[in-house]
Amino acid sequence: MAKAYLSIENVGVTFAKGAARTEVLSGVDLKIEKGEFVSIIGHSGCGKSTLLNVVAGLTPVTTGAVILDKQEVNAPGPDRAVVFQNHSLLPWLSVRENVSLAVDKVFGGKKSAAERRDWTLHNLELVKMTHALDKRPSEISGGMKQRVGIARALSMEPKVLLLDEPFGALDALTRAHLQDSVMEIHAALNNTVLMITHDVDEATLLSDRIVMMTNGPRACVGQVLDVPLARPRDRLAVAEHPTYVHARASVIEFLYARRAA
Amino acid sequence: MTYPKPSFTPATPAPAPTVAAPAPIANPAAVKPSALPELGRRAKAAAGIVLPPILTVLVALALWQALVGDSYAGLPSPKQVWLESKDLILKPFYDNGGVDKGLFWHVFTSLKRVGIGFSISAVCGILLGVFVGSNRWAHRGLDPIFQVLRTVPPLAWLPISLAAFHQAQPSALFVIFITAIWPIIINTAVGVRNIPSDYVNVAKVLRLSPVEYFFKILLPATTPYIFTGLRIGIGMSWLAIVASEMLLGGVGIGFFIWDQYNASRIADIIVALAWVGMTGFFLDRLVALIGHFVSRGNAAS
Repeated sequence: MAKAYLSIENVGVTFAKGAARTEVLSGVDLKIEKGEFVSIIGHSGCGKSTLLNVVAGLTPVTTGAVILDKQEVNAPGPDRAVVFQNHSLLPWLSVRENVSLAVDKVFGGKKSAAERRDWTLHNLELVKMTHALDKRPSEISGGMKQRVGIARALSMEPKVLLLDEPFGALDALTRAHLQDSVMEIHAALNNTVLMITHDVDEATLLSDRIVMMTNGPRACVGQVLDVPLARPRDRLAVAEHPTYVHARASVIEFLYARRAA
Repeated sequence: MTYPKPSFTPATPAPAPTVAAPAPIANPAAVKPSALPELGRRAKAAAGIVLPPILTVLVALALWQALVGDSYAGLPSPKQVWLESKDLILKPFYDNGGVDKGLFWHVFTSLKRVGIGFSISAVCGILLGVFVGSNRWAHRGLDPIFQVLRTVPPLAWLPISLAAFHQAQPSALFVIFITAIWPIIINTAVGVRNIPSDYVNVAKVLRLSPVEYFFKILLPATTPYIFTGLRIGIGMSWLAIVASEMLLGGVGIGFFIWDQYNASRIADIIVALAWVGMTGFFLDRLVALIGHFVSRGNAAS
């Protein structure tokens, strides 16, 4: 068996708080190929964010390992850029400075100052935020903040882009716009993406594969569903497509019928 | 009881010019007609801010005058303060050499002392606060001690610092320093402990070095807390000035008050208190203003 680009192997995470031990994840196995868009879906508290944090290196594994591009992950790094749920932009920096902080740190030795400036601008162009370069996060809307968060993550040229419920806090219309943007960027750059979500439509529309997690504690991968829809996908055209309807139905069935008890 | 009436009379002309202010502007033809209501509204808003405190002060003075009357025993009335300390009120800049100077010079000398003591406590307080805030064991070990020490009044530090330093000058500065440092340490530590985990995660993903983390994440994230501490601290250090200057003698508003008390010149003390209060108010506003600029108006978020 060929080694996958990102390989999550038998990962288990146990949190110990005093004498109490909670086994959040147990025996999670997942292989992701380069350029793949994979969503992880599951009920709240099932440990999907924990899994993303493990891949990010923010949470250490108790058992198993995460291997990215033949190297074991054991600390956070810019090759696994995270878009956090609540944007986590630094409020004292402007839009441009938030991105250039990352660009300067990651490419400080490799690119000239002018190249870094262009690269910052280029990434803000990708998310269509060049009109607000000198605004502070408090002066732009929630959707715009999330766009800047995505630009910051993209600017690190990560091997895998980790999205932690990136649109969870947004209204439905803004969310649809951002989903389209993410699809465009994925089509253009062919990034490897791992996204956490609890939105069935979002997972079905964006993903090549949907990973459904069982309920915690001791959560693991319950089922993996392929979504063999051609790209680019148009949300209106795809909504009636039998493959989409079937995939959506299977996810809902998994989440609500089989795991309800 | 005839005094309340005359003291009220200056009250009526005082607000009059402010209210009438828009009227003279109406005369020059150069002013665009559309600008007039705007100016009027601004004048009204300014009057709304300035008039209430002025009126309150006038009412307080009138009450004070009415309650104390003109008996020459005990607390002097506002009228007596004016009569006895007219020179002190009207000539803050005179300098007859030695200790015989206007109040401005006394306050100025005291401000220099507070400036030195407070600067040292700001630097030490922020550094200690960062240490206590970022190290769990330092917090557990030191925070209870800080919480106890911060309640010790400035006057109580006086004999201790004298015993430690033997000399008046460093002891006086130490009293200012030790009074101001606690709120700075405590607020900085709270700020460091409250840095959102998201910012810490961003720093981890970017692999910021400890030095980069300190300057790019920790300091800006803690700035609003630090300035809260500095604001309380500068107020406290100004409170300590009387205690610390009781040691020093010579020029200084604290020693001036102590000196006038020994000479039973209560009217002079009242004038000096007004100076102390106004200076403390401006110090507080100054630190708040610096904080506003340093945190780029982000203090709230």
